[in-house]
Amino acid sequence: MPLTNQLRDDILASVPSLRAFAISLSGNGDRADDLVQETLLRAIANIDSFQPGSNLPAWLFTILRNLFRSDYRKRRREVEDSEGNYAKTLKTQPSQGAHLEFEEFRAALDKLPQDQREALILVGASGFSYEDAAAICGCAVGTIKSRVNRARSKLSALLYVEGAEDFGPDNTVRAVIGGNG
Amino acid sequence: MKEVKSQASQTGAPRKQGGLNAEIQARIGHQLRAMYDDVVRQGVPDRFADLIRKLDEPGAQVGGDTEKNSGRD
Repeated sequence: MPLTNQLRDDILASVPSLRAFAISLSGNGDRADDLVQETLLRAIANIDSFQPGSNLPAWLFTILRNLFRSDYRKRRREVEDSEGNYAKTLKTQPSQGAHLEFEEFRAALDKLPQDQREALILVGASGFSYEDAAAICGCAVGTIKSRVNRARSKLSALLYVEGAEDFGPDNTVRAVIGGNG
Repeated sequence: MKEVKSQASQTGAPRKQGGLNAEIQARIGHQLRAMYDDVVRQGVPDRFADLIRKLDEPGAQVGGDTEKNSGRD
């Protein structure tokens, strides 16, 4: 459809969540904003392929996600400073304790396989349905569900140890902990 | 954050094979949304508002149109 003023406004209204998605994926504020800019330019250049009445945010997220993945392949060999960079994008600096917890979370998120990370963000933070997330990632709904579950399980293991057999305390330690009660 | 582990142990939370503690999952969900929403609340930076506005101008050049498959491929 043609680029109407309404559509332009709707695209602009999607920018905050596109940025959040880009930063969550890349962990780097500057790179994320470049991704968002490229997404907007692509979207407007290809606006004819947008189906009126379909989900505009999902369409924009699809473009951004595909750009990120092609960009990621190009940059795979670069050593990136993902930790710490994100904090600079925050408007207000969290307190030291909260900051530490945040950095731990960010670091754990970055350890997830890309497929799992993007599925978790789309469903758990962006609020897309499993169906929309599957369309954005170009895979089956069941695949998205499984990726989200594995992502949660791995984050749980990385952050809280509990529930992860690989990281869990051995029986002796467990008995000691249990014996405190 | 590590205290969740000991709390879970003291309250005898079920340790299912590969199962996930509900409290931990709630915390992960909360942290994920906090990280995300912090960026959403920053609104639209000027550079993007300017970019869209410039595209309003007659004869505006739109870049990034070299690839036809913008979205669902």
